[in-house]
Amino acid sequence: MLKPIRLKVNGQESTVTVDPETPLLFVLNDQLGLQGPRFGCGMAQCGSCSVLMQGQVVRSCVMPVGAVGVREITTLEGIGTLEHPHPLQQAFIDEGAAQCGYCLSGVILTAKAVLDANPRASDQEMSDALGGVMCRCFAHLRMLRAIRKYAEAKKA
Amino acid sequence: MMPSRRDFLKSTGVLIVSFSVNALAPRSMNAAQGPFATHPSHIDPKLLDSWLAVSSDGTITAYTGKCDFGQGILTAQTQLVAEELCVPVSRVKLIQCDTDRTPDQGTTSGSQSTPTNFNDESLALAAATAREALMSLASTKLNEPVERLTASEGIITGSSGRHAAYAELVANTHFDIPLNTNAMRKPVALWNVLGKPVPSLDRAALMTGRFEFVQSVRIPGMLHGRVVRPPGMGATLVRVHEDSVRDIPGLVKVVVRKNFVGVVAETQHQAVIAARKLAVEWNPGPDLPPQGNFFDSMQKQPSHDALSVDSGDLGTKLAASGALVRARYTYPYQMHASVGTSCAVADVKPDRATLWSATQSVYPTRSVVAKILGLPADKVRVIFVRGSGCYGLNGADAVSFDAAVLSQAVGKPVRLQFSREDEMKWENLGAACVVEHQAALASDGTIAVWDREHWIASLGNRPGYDRPGNVISGVLLGYEPEPFARQQASPPKGKLRNNSNAVPAYFAGFIDGKCQGGGTIRSERALTHTVPSPFFTGPLRSPARIQNTFANECFMDELCARANDDPLAFRLKHLQDPRLIAVLKAAARAANWQTRPMQKPPKSRTGIVSGRGIACVNYEGDNGYSALIAEVEVNLDTGLVQPKNFVVAVDCGPVSNPDGLRNQTEGGLLQGMSRSLVEEVTWDSKHITSTDWARYKTLYLDYPMPSIQTVFVTPDGVPALGAGELSITITPAALGNAIFDATGVRLRTLPFTPERIMAALQESRKGSIS
Repeated sequence: MLKPIRLKVNGQESTVTVDPETPLLFVLNDQLGLQGPRFGCGMAQCGSCSVLMQGQVVRSCVMPVGAVGVREITTLEGIGTLEHPHPLQQAFIDEGAAQCGYCLSGVILTAKAVLDANPRASDQEMSDALGGVMCRCFAHLRMLRAIRKYAEAKKA
Repeated sequence: MMPSRRDFLKSTGVLIVSFSVNALAPRSMNAAQGPFATHPSHIDPKLLDSWLAVSSDGTITAYTGKCDFGQGILTAQTQLVAEELCVPVSRVKLIQCDTDRTPDQGTTSGSQSTPTNFNDESLALAAATAREALMSLASTKLNEPVERLTASEGIITGSSGRHAAYAELVANTHFDIPLNTNAMRKPVALWNVLGKPVPSLDRAALMTGRFEFVQSVRIPGMLHGRVVRPPGMGATLVRVHEDSVRDIPGLVKVVVRKNFVGVVAETQHQAVIAARKLAVEWNPGPDLPPQGNFFDSMQKQPSHDALSVDSGDLGTKLAASGALVRARYTYPYQMHASVGTSCAVADVKPDRATLWSATQSVYPTRSVVAKILGLPADKVRVIFVRGSGCYGLNGADAVSFDAAVLSQAVGKPVRLQFSREDEMKWENLGAACVVEHQAALASDGTIAVWDREHWIASLGNRPGYDRPGNVISGVLLGYEPEPFARQQASPPKGKLRNNSNAVPAYFAGFIDGKCQGGGTIRSERALTHTVPSPFFTGPLRSPARIQNTFANECFMDELCARANDDPLAFRLKHLQDPRLIAVLKAAARAANWQTRPMQKPPKSRTGIVSGRGIACVNYEGDNGYSALIAEVEVNLDTGLVQPKNFVVAVDCGPVSNPDGLRNQTEGGLLQGMSRSLVEEVTWDSKHITSTDWARYKTLYLDYPMPSIQTVFVTPDGVPALGAGELSITITPAALGNAIFDATGVRLRTLPFTPERIMAALQESRKGSIS
């Protein structure tokens, strides 16, 4: 059952020995010690476990680690640091766009993926992408404002 | 582990604070609602050293029993200590809720943290006591009277220019003095740190994925657990077939204790699979009451009754009145439904235990866990680590009990996180409620008499210090929930208690010869029937208050419509409470409110109509004041409600952090909007069926959001009050009233779904044709 699996996460390569059916989320949390993606529902309904895989948002709670292959994974901590947050993270810091903050991987990485693919993405395209992301503290307005600010700065 | 606080604080800059003792104001009256019950512990809250210490590098460490789970109290309390001690925020380190280190402040809940810690006791008093003690020590050292000393940036300077740093005065030694109940708080007018929008201290760590949630805690040698819950309420265990999981690699143990079943494995994945595969036979519990007529069945239950007010003249007044206005409002069960499922890590040894928990009640949890494990309470340490946003009582306490049981059974540390279904099927729900009103207008168009009673469902609650059975885990382990006791109502006596906002703001509240309410209606009655609930219930944000305020503020609008009056003017006619009047007027001013009666129902059956609604509350009678004006659009073809604009006025006394208060107010409004438009627990004959996000609805980030304008009303010389539950309390009523203004249709049950709106529109058209 256990198999060695090579992963490239946040620019670092490592090998984990796990059941390939293990959700990527559990490997990120338990084997690699990452805290950004978090378990919310286990059914890809909420977005808390979101990571980027080759620039696309995937829900790591339903992604078997054995299916990742050579594709590089980036988590919320992979796009910026405390000292040097990613500009989108900085926009969230500036706007105070969180309460508990548990959901942030879904919100920030989804917005990033949309704008990386198309810096001129329309409000509708952004809204469609955020349709599967929730924040139960309802910091919606601040989050949308932070995303808009970042998008405008990116365009300029 | 968490990044250093220095990392957090980089973005906040340095705040220059300066303060002289000559400007001190007398202490204000304290907030009236009581703080949570606490028990004596090894940390004596009467001693300064229990709250505060000065390190050799000048850092102030403060110890608080009120924790931050997203509401911003970490930042506000840090500001409080910085303010009183005249140091920048970056110089204060706040330790939150750890039974080995912080005083017992009961539970962080009920909008009580600000009243408790920001007025004249607890943390605020400790900080003021410390400043005075430091001033006194400096006075001796510098040989100058206190009046000539100035404190700034942690240095006390005399008129001669000689100075002493705090660290030179007490570094790493104890103050060894009690809290001084006469210590002077710094007056609001002199605040340099409090009252400023200091950016929340957890921001950078949150946004960059480096914040440590309880879900992220990992300790050496830790195993992973999952629970296996019964199929429904009241089900009992018959048999566990352990051979069904024998072949699962990494399985450590199947744990059974009374009706509690769980598994422990080496990895999360193995635990998940073992929990799914474990074959368990249960005796099903009794059938649940059908959801279709649940509110009717609630009203037929035996009840525990209480009268908040009763003028005693209802019978004669109602009989003498002409047309009675009657209405029945219903409010469904709703969920905390945290975005992250509850989690705890327990390390239980034969003689002691440590628990990392998102509980809002570390000391009560310590007592309950000790009881469950058979250990003395002082051998259990509970350390608060923030979990997913909670809004009351999610599974944080239950999962802590479960994790402790699993760890004790295997003798190793265990991390337990609930599945989505574990969380949503078994949490302590926001209570279902029925409110019935009858009232009559006098000839001058004011309200002559108003009688209201409500039925609210209750089972369990916070476990407190000794009631594990108030949540599911305790019941499965064989403990009973708080027993239900039938009781007849006795006449109200003494002080008007309006903790649940059962009493509308417009009642005079006449008790023992005194008008204690904030309104003008003298013929009045407010009667509460608490009835048994088939599901666990708990303090979901604005418990009972949101249910009652929805019904009270919508019915006020019905009476206003009957009087053909303007909803703001009609409210003001029935109010005497100056602070409630002030927030209503402030909201109206900001929203450019035009005086008019409610609109006539639209003639068209198609297209989009718009309307406005107003609602207000004096939260718990005396713990914050708020008024909201909501503008909505309703699509007559689809029944879809779209809130367009919220203007909200808030008076919670002096504001510790305006940005934090705005964040809480906005979040409350939008969460209130979600609860108004989509949230409702569903069930079948055996169990709750809204156990995932497909079946329990919430407004995702793509839902079009209204704009929000928040106005603060800050009277002088009043204590600091709670604010986290203000705006949510009035959102359902303001939306219901706005929908009525737009459509002429009165919706008396939540949520305001398109189906309900279309049905009500069709019903109203039938009425207008016949």
